[in-house]
Amino acid sequence: MTLQTPPPPHIHSGLRISHIMLQVIAALIPAIICYTWFFGWGLIINTLLAVLVALASEALMLKLRQRPLRPFLGDGSAVLTAMLLAFCIPPLAPWWITVLGVAFALIVGKHLYGGLGYNPFNPAMVGYVMLLISFPLEMTSWMPPFILEQLEIGFVDTLGMIFLNHFPYGLSIDALSSATPLDAMKTDLGLNKTVSEIMESNALFGDFAGTGWEWVGNWLLLGGVYLIYKRVISWHIPLAIIGTLFVIGSFFFLMDPDTYPSPLFHIFGGATILAAFFIATDPVSASTTPRGRIVYGIGIGIIIYVIRAWGGYPDAVAFAVLLMNMAAPTIDYYTQPRVYGHARGKD
Amino acid sequence: MHRLFQFKGGVVLKEHKKDSTALPVQPAKLPPTLTLPLKQHIGVAAEPVVAVGDEVLKGQLIARAGDTLSAPLHAPSSGAVIAIADQPIPHPSGLSAPCIVIETDGEERWRPRQRSVFNFAELSAQELREIIRDAGIVGLGGAGFPAAVKLDPRGHEVELLILNGAECEPYITCDEMLLREHALEVLAGLLMMRHALNAQRCIIAVENNKPKAFRALHEEIQNTGANVELVEVPTIYPTGSEKQLIQVLTGKEVPTGGLPIDIGMVCHNVGTAYAVYRAVEFDEPLISRYVTVAGSVAHARNLKVLFGTPLGNLIEECGGNRRTLRRVIVGGPMMGTAMHSDTVPVVKTTNCVLVESVMHDVPLPSRDEYAMPCIRCGNCAHACPVNLLPQQLYWYARARDFDKIQDYNLFDCIECGCCDYVCPSQIPLVGYYRYAKSEIWNQDAEKRQADLARERHQFREFRLEREKKERAERHKKKRSAVSKAGGDDKKAAIEAAMARVRAKKAEQDSAPKNTDNLTPAQQRQVDEADRRRREENPATSPRDNKAENTQDRPQ
Ligand code: SF4
Ligand code: SF4
Repeated sequence: MTLQTPPPPHIHSGLRISHIMLQVIAALIPAIICYTWFFGWGLIINTLLAVLVALASEALMLKLRQRPLRPFLGDGSAVLTAMLLAFCIPPLAPWWITVLGVAFALIVGKHLYGGLGYNPFNPAMVGYVMLLISFPLEMTSWMPPFILEQLEIGFVDTLGMIFLNHFPYGLSIDALSSATPLDAMKTDLGLNKTVSEIMESNALFGDFAGTGWEWVGNWLLLGGVYLIYKRVISWHIPLAIIGTLFVIGSFFFLMDPDTYPSPLFHIFGGATILAAFFIATDPVSASTTPRGRIVYGIGIGIIIYVIRAWGGYPDAVAFAVLLMNMAAPTIDYYTQPRVYGHARGKD
Repeated sequence: MHRLFQFKGGVVLKEHKKDSTALPVQPAKLPPTLTLPLKQHIGVAAEPVVAVGDEVLKGQLIARAGDTLSAPLHAPSSGAVIAIADQPIPHPSGLSAPCIVIETDGEERWRPRQRSVFNFAELSAQELREIIRDAGIVGLGGAGFPAAVKLDPRGHEVELLILNGAECEPYITCDEMLLREHALEVLAGLLMMRHALNAQRCIIAVENNKPKAFRALHEEIQNTGANVELVEVPTIYPTGSEKQLIQVLTGKEVPTGGLPIDIGMVCHNVGTAYAVYRAVEFDEPLISRYVTVAGSVAHARNLKVLFGTPLGNLIEECGGNRRTLRRVIVGGPMMGTAMHSDTVPVVKTTNCVLVESVMHDVPLPSRDEYAMPCIRCGNCAHACPVNLLPQQLYWYARARDFDKIQDYNLFDCIECGCCDYVCPSQIPLVGYYRYAKSEIWNQDAEKRQADLARERHQFREFRLEREKKERAERHKKKRSAVSKAGGDDKKAAIEAAMARVRAKKAEQDSAPKNTDNLTPAQQRQVDEADRRRREENPATSPRDNKAENTQDRPQ
């Protein structure tokens, strides 16, 4: 009987990539339920569609690249990418938006760069930016909360709207959609209204950000804290992003509260929380050293604020993440931790 | 209460220590043959001083230290040397190396004691070190560094002597059992070590999962009033690693590329202290040790094992089935080495034999066969007690970028395996680091050889040049001078005669010292063996070779 002679260690914690991905997916689910509560079945339909497309694209690319299917299809990373991208697509967007976006994310954003572990950019954000640039109208047709419930539009109707472009009561997507709170804020600020005027006049806004969005944000936050608690993600990136937004947001808010919304608006508005806990923390494309992760998070926070306040797009999370993805290898190089036994303050 | 510090990272492991501590330690059965590798330590291999056919007594020197950084070997039991040849050794490569094989006679006849002073207080530090060196004692914690060298302060002030009883690897309990059964002897050994080092303070560190060992030590320290601190350290792997233990106890770090002695500290294993005690007090060389046998065996336990005993014998003795073995690991599950065969012997550094059978009755959860790509999750960096970036090391090891990997401090890696253990992609990280290290060593060696070749080449040019000149010179002289050939011949004859005299004298001088105190009967045996050897094979007998070599090396 020949003995096995693998290199040490001879035991393993049993941790797998799929465990990590599944925990992240689980942490997303409360927010998805909350989202559905406010904005109807669209997200759930989109998510299911996205997951199917993601698995199909992944399988196709693995076949083409002659990689084993089982370990990679089972690792959960494609599913997570799909879910995150679906989260960023307006809930009533036509089906082909989701299909195109997810396929692009997986095929171009992930596999053409070498697949899991080798993609320098966050695939979900690659898909999102492609969609935003190519289909700006579809990608900005959001809805005010509860509108579907008020119109008594159920699951089957929503399916019809997404797949057949069939809207009940002679409605159209234009009639249903509205800007997101971030959009509205940006447009109205452009009209020289003050922040408090805007927030009071528009039913889109809730206590400190957007109605409905606030709650989705809260559930995302809870999920994110759970991930940190479970050590699935480290605290560095989320804290750096949120902290940076808080500091810069407070600074401008205190200088001129009429023109600059409160820091809480920035933190709970738009996709900040989603980005901070779920997107920017994608390990493959993020910085990997502890100090580097803080730098990386601060960078994302700054870019988000700059683009929101002075740039051309209402929300900037995707751009911020992709820009910092590019910087990650350099950041890693300059933020190597001090190794045991090496002089302090050298690196 | 001693103030403790933390090292970064580390992992908490399932201990699996209960199984092998239930039974008291007993001597392992004497095997028919003992196979003793000449190199069981760090440094130069030992040189045999016996020949095939020699009768040896238990404790008799069979190979002497090859150098200062080396350790002698002693016969673990009485019997006859039946081979001095390459045999499989417990090494990851599965290769063979020179060994002395002894056929045991079962009589366990000891060689007579060679020393009369057994009270260490009467010995100087240097004498103490000599005894320890001559007893063949090396670090028993796993590294096998010659203990006498590590007990020489060489001009350093030794502020702290740490006795390492942490034993942080799962399954291993030999140090724990030693402390439970021989706390007083370990303590005595520690005091001897302190004497040799002239250390100011002594700490014994024990992980807090061994309350019985701790209590035993505590009692003995109380009873004897020894000025030794006993410290319980948290059970986090790898607390027992020298550098990490120093950090936990003192908050200080050993400078990279340096040794603990550079910061005034020395760290020894509890087993080494026990061996020192036995050597000093009883004139017993290091011929056996405690070995934990654990895993897929019916009775996991600790045995007192003579060096050279095949692992398979221990496995069988503890109720394991040699035919269903899947993995035989020497050492712990984190840093141990999987053996190619269970016939390799126990050596000085073997602390544990961990067995896994194909029946899977003992779960040693191993990595998946198929490693996924690194997802840069940073788990490894978080777990690394040295604060390296294992994911970067892995990246550059794969890319064979051996310059970059050294920028990322590959050689600070202690191969503890924490990174590997927590990696969700189940990448054999330590395997990659070992590969990279050996590649770099090979490259260095090649470079050295290339340098040497270049030097040789340059020297050759230089020599040819010079010879040409000399020849020209001689030609000139020859033509002008008278021949002195006759005188030269006579001088050569006298020189040859003197060399013969010197050779004879050297042979007499180098008569084996270990046979000085022999009884007449033994002396006859030895003489007989000598004669036989000379007759049989004068050229290849190692000791004769040695005598030849030492001829022109005045002592
Ligand atoms: S733990 Fe494994 S997968 Fe994660 S960064 Fe380290 S090597 Fe890569
Ligand atoms: S094996 Fe090396 S790199 Fe991995 S955790 Fe241990 S010291 Fe760090």
